[in-house]
Amino acid sequence: MVSLLDFEKPLAELQSRIAELRETADNGSIDIASEVAKLQAKSDKLLRETYAKLTPWQKTQVARHPERPHFKHYVAQMIEEFVPLAGDRAFADDLAIIGGLGRLGGRRVMVIGHEKGDDTASRLKHNFGMAKPEGYRKAIRLMKLADRFGLPVVTLVDTSGAFPGIQAEERGQAEAIARSTEACLELGVPLVAAVVGEGGSGGAVALAAANRVLMFEHAVYSVISPEGCASILWRTSEKAADAAEAMKVTAADLQKLGVVDRIVEEPLGGAHRAPTAAIDSLAKALGEEIDSFSGQTPDQIRASRRDKYLAIG
Amino acid sequence: MSWLNRVRQSIASITKRETPDNLWHKCAGCGQMIFVKEYEENQSVCPKCNHHGRIGPDARFNDLFDSGVYTLLPIPQVTEDPLKFRDSKRYTDRIKAARTATGETDALINAKGTIEGYKAVVGIQDFAFMGGSMGLGVGAAFVAGVEAAIAERSPYIIFTAAGGARMQEGILSLMQMPKTTVAIAKLREAGLPYIVVLTDPTTGGVTASYAMLGDVQIAEPGALIGFAGQRVIESTIREKLPEGFQRAEYLLDHGMIDMVVHRHDLRARLAQLIGYLAPAKAA
Repeated sequence: MVSLLDFEKPLAELQSRIAELRETADNGSIDIASEVAKLQAKSDKLLRETYAKLTPWQKTQVARHPERPHFKHYVAQMIEEFVPLAGDRAFADDLAIIGGLGRLGGRRVMVIGHEKGDDTASRLKHNFGMAKPEGYRKAIRLMKLADRFGLPVVTLVDTSGAFPGIQAEERGQAEAIARSTEACLELGVPLVAAVVGEGGSGGAVALAAANRVLMFEHAVYSVISPEGCASILWRTSEKAADAAEAMKVTAADLQKLGVVDRIVEEPLGGAHRAPTAAIDSLAKALGEEIDSFSGQTPDQIRASRRDKYLAIG
Repeated sequence: MSWLNRVRQSIASITKRETPDNLWHKCAGCGQMIFVKEYEENQSVCPKCNHHGRIGPDARFNDLFDSGVYTLLPIPQVTEDPLKFRDSKRYTDRIKAARTATGETDALINAKGTIEGYKAVVGIQDFAFMGGSMGLGVGAAFVAGVEAAIAERSPYIIFTAAGGARMQEGILSLMQMPKTTVAIAKLREAGLPYIVVLTDPTTGGVTASYAMLGDVQIAEPGALIGFAGQRVIESTIREKLPEGFQRAEYLLDHGMIDMVVHRHDLRARLAQLIGYLAPAKAA
């Protein structure tokens, strides 16, 4: 069973009653099927109602849910014959960003994305999806490779932000992000980005200066984390919910602002409740977006991406 | 309060003319008191410790352009307060206060003129205006500065100073990172140089976009330059930061910039660089 978020606690009671009833039924032979069905319907209704009106702060928690699908799950399900490519050729292989060649519904693509990891060991290995300069420089290398060989680039954005550390600064974190954004904007092949979880600031935009930006229904994308914004503007991180509201971090808001082009619906109760279905709908949307560029020249693809960003604001 | 101050304050005329506030400047570097006149004549550099103080567009333009002659470029119109943002104060009130305090419309202002005879368009980011933060106004001004440089066939020189993106404009301020990057690409395609002068402080999304994409990267001595804020780094790694961390000289040591140039030498050095990269002189 998925772990419940704070605001889902009313569901917990219903679910434990359902579990209890099922256990009773297993022990004896009382027919409780109709009772279970009734409770299940009630639970589904509650879930639907809760998710239909998630606040921006609740969405932030859904976007960060530890059981939400991560890069490796997307790749395993939607990319055939994935060939990971490692390293920035200068310093290291940063596993907070993973990339490689693959086929998306038969189309040759370069897929690049943040990986947060899903248990203690893998979270450490992937540095919680917080990339260092070498991660962005690997992304740059792979984007340029894709450009030379005419492969569309798909990026999956899921990071709380670029890593804030001494060594990251020494090796030029800011420059690496700036160059990665620049690399996105120079591609003559289509770049389709999907914010699948958290789109955290510069660390996200470095992979998302795309022709088309897709976003999952419950993903969030912002200039600074709600906690960070609250601690600067409200002087306490406890106002994170207010900051999330004020900053307009949800897919629907960002679509209105012209930053997100397409919202990909999530299964009832969020992608973490039905990852397979979620990944399928994303794969379908990505495929359609890539196909929409067929027949366009590299100059057209580059120019329309540039015009889009010049027109923002 | 000392007896002297008490006596001084009781004499209205003296208090008005000669408060320590407008006569003396306390150096943020060494803490010494310097005559404001002497400090300003020294381009706001402490004559005792060489600390480079923060200065605004007027002083910069005057220092840079030949005989202090320049033309300010129009400020592009942008949507004001696109998110209707409010924290403890309304964003519109914060903008108003910043405008009153600085006399500027937003945190980036462009001017054109000549530097030792070479045409140049120069953008100055004003830290005094909401921490120099980058929102729609700054992004639009940057693009306008680049466009003016292309029209003039001159280099674009940007003096950066910013805490980062303007949070009150949310994602739209983040989008100024790709937007300004597109402008730089156009300048490059026009065959014109883009020169960055990093001044104190330059951090966050500004550093992670146009401030690090210069053909030549210059920094003023001692300027704080980085991506993440020092407190954020300290709380993440739970270690004390090394001496001089994220200062201009530290970036030079780590290969992130070309040179650290004293404010007194900046004008000559910029002219020299333009002479190499875009030598056409103004008619």
